[in-house]
Amino acid sequence: MTAQSWGLLALFLAVTLLAVKPLGLYMARVMEGEPIAGLGAAARLEALIYRFCGIDPAGQMGWKRYAIALLVFNALGALLLYALQRAQYWLPLNPQHFAAVPPDSAFNTAVSFITNTNWQSYTPETTMSYLTQMAGLAVQNFLSAATGIVVAIALIRGLARHSARTIGNFWVDLTRVTLYVLLPIATVLALVLVSQGVIQNFSPYKTVNLLQPVTYQQPRVNAAGQPLTSASGAPLMRTLTARTQTLPMGPVASQEAIKELGTNGGGFFNANSAHPYENPNALTNLLEMLAIALIPAALTYAFGYMVGDTRQGWAVLAAMVIMFVALYAVCNHSEQRGNPRLAALGVQQLPSSLQSGGNMEGKEVRFGIAGSTLFATIATTTSTGAVDSMHDSYMPLGGMVPLFDMMLGEVVFGGVGSGLYSMLIFALIGVFIAGLMIGRTPEYLGKKIEAFEMKMSAIAILVMPFIVLTGAAIAVSIAAGRAGTANPGAHGFSEILYAFTSAGNNNGSAFAGISADTTFYNTALGVVMWLGRFWPIVAVLAIAGSLAAKKRIPVSAGTMPTHGPTFIALLIGTVLLVGALTFVPALALGPIVEHLMLWSH
Amino acid sequence: MKSIFRPALTLLLVLTVITGVIYPLIITGVAQVAFPAQANGSLIKRHGRLIGSRLIGQPFSAPQYFWSRPSASSPQPYNGLDSGGSNLGPLNPALIAAVKARIAALRAADPGNHAPIPVDLVTASGSGLDPDISLAGAYYQAGRVARARGLSVARVRELIAAHARGGELGVLGDPRVNVLELNLALDAMK
Repeated sequence: MTAQSWGLLALFLAVTLLAVKPLGLYMARVMEGEPIAGLGAAARLEALIYRFCGIDPAGQMGWKRYAIALLVFNALGALLLYALQRAQYWLPLNPQHFAAVPPDSAFNTAVSFITNTNWQSYTPETTMSYLTQMAGLAVQNFLSAATGIVVAIALIRGLARHSARTIGNFWVDLTRVTLYVLLPIATVLALVLVSQGVIQNFSPYKTVNLLQPVTYQQPRVNAAGQPLTSASGAPLMRTLTARTQTLPMGPVASQEAIKELGTNGGGFFNANSAHPYENPNALTNLLEMLAIALIPAALTYAFGYMVGDTRQGWAVLAAMVIMFVALYAVCNHSEQRGNPRLAALGVQQLPSSLQSGGNMEGKEVRFGIAGSTLFATIATTTSTGAVDSMHDSYMPLGGMVPLFDMMLGEVVFGGVGSGLYSMLIFALIGVFIAGLMIGRTPEYLGKKIEAFEMKMSAIAILVMPFIVLTGAAIAVSIAAGRAGTANPGAHGFSEILYAFTSAGNNNGSAFAGISADTTFYNTALGVVMWLGRFWPIVAVLAIAGSLAAKKRIPVSAGTMPTHGPTFIALLIGTVLLVGALTFVPALALGPIVEHLMLWSH
Repeated sequence: MKSIFRPALTLLLVLTVITGVIYPLIITGVAQVAFPAQANGSLIKRHGRLIGSRLIGQPFSAPQYFWSRPSASSPQPYNGLDSGGSNLGPLNPALIAAVKARIAALRAADPGNHAPIPVDLVTASGSGLDPDISLAGAYYQAGRVARARGLSVARVRELIAAHARGGELGVLGDPRVNVLELNLALDAMK
């Protein structure tokens, strides 16, 4: 790793950690219903919303009602987003006159954005109208993020309350997170991004004259659109000249800001954050990475504050940071080392003061190896799935890191809310394992962990590997699944495994060579995304309800402290053990075998 | 159930209006007033004609221009409507074949240059629209450009150095130069 790679990591972590306490404290106050100074307008808007929607802000919900409200709200959101895509041709703000999105793609996209996945089987700049992007996709960037956060808050309340029957009010939680946390930060971030070159307009696409016209070849096709071939079977080509370039436009910055802040990741353009209009320079790259990490990291402080012991939050955060640094180091080292097959051709891949060097296939010069690999690590340890470089072209081990990040269940920072609630489930499993080892009833934060909590924790943890491995196994077994791969051999298997891992963890990044805009993949991945999101959420809310009802037991000499180095090590061990035991066999068939093939000569 | 359905639907609609209509309109309004050039694409105009964007790369193949990075967009390179990378894996024979062809093209355009070729000049970018090449990639091409234009190599290297960027805050941004801006500066030289 280069000094620059360490320096960028240090800068990124320093800013993130500095923001943890103030933002965590702020979020805790928002979620505890306190009035927020300086946002009086938002408070008046909030009161108006409750009156208009017939919501009693003082009404509390038990976990079942909370879960039903969440599911109904998200199901309606999916229907609305599906309808919007199907109707976009007849709606305003469609200057390129895009047709309705086909049904299977619209289904996949609706589920994808509702579940905070933002898997994209379509090419946005030639598919989605401005209205669909801003009033459909971007809205769910806000609401799916808010949904994740309120589930984490509900679980925290379950730990903080005792002998209680309720865990909060879903409508109020959702509204307050959106109005007081997501909207203000997104507004500031969007404007900073515009100042750096991210576009924000409603213009039709612009045509510019190229400085040097470009000639290129295109296959000739007959009237039916089938490629024509010569007598010997070679495709017939014709030579064309392009004198102009079409530049896509649109309200990008407003969507880009919430795309990162809400750990969503769905690009306004096909190239996602590699596109210069989404991510024009190294500073915006840093800001986008910080926006991804900000809320998930700060929620650990909100957790500690709300359960009355901030050390608990710092312990969870410490476990996250340790794993993050290790994962980034592996990814960065692997990419900086470069591709031995290119070195054999005499290509210069060593870093110097004139270039970043390394494996630059699929990467942008302005980000280099450091900015690309740090972005890949933060986007896959969280549920963001944005990319500023193409993971499919990473070296085998470099590309395995994003894959493994997701397989760990996205608990290293993790998605907004989903990262914390998944990590707390691992904490429950960790204290359960420790309890078994020393022969005591496991407890966490003064709550006895009993059979019901362990059953629900097991469900929350095991759903993901179950649907990921089952889905990948089906895909490699049928022609429709195998047909999608773009690369031969082990790498093709990695593409399929990555797709289902990404969908099951609601990440949304891809080994993007895979052709996923087919009925099989749109449907299969849509189902996996839905189950991967809401199955664990219901289990987590059940745990929240059960914990809230319990009495708090006082700390005694036999209580295992859950804020020291021992607990941090236990937590990391639990996460790695569950992730590794489940997925190492699958990884051995993909990136590991590819790595051995690449370096065996 | 009705007590859940009504707030779910109305809240969804209200928040859609707030986050999906009002929020992007406010951002657009402020952006168009405060940062109009950036918000509209950082476009470059010469003699009343739009000739590109500072942020979006263009393809070059003539010897008197600095060449941009290879682009995986189709059907033509640097197609603004088809952003994306090649997604070729590191072992894929198609990747190795493409790199070999790019090396051959660079060598053919500059037969006397035996320096190792910087990696960014023979690998496709992530966006297919990368506006930059590394400084190493620019200096590698300096001799060819100087010869094709009848300039001294020193002069071309000076121009590269004048357009060099990178290393902001010591850790941000890799050493690079914007190809379109560099080529426009070349054309402006007498």
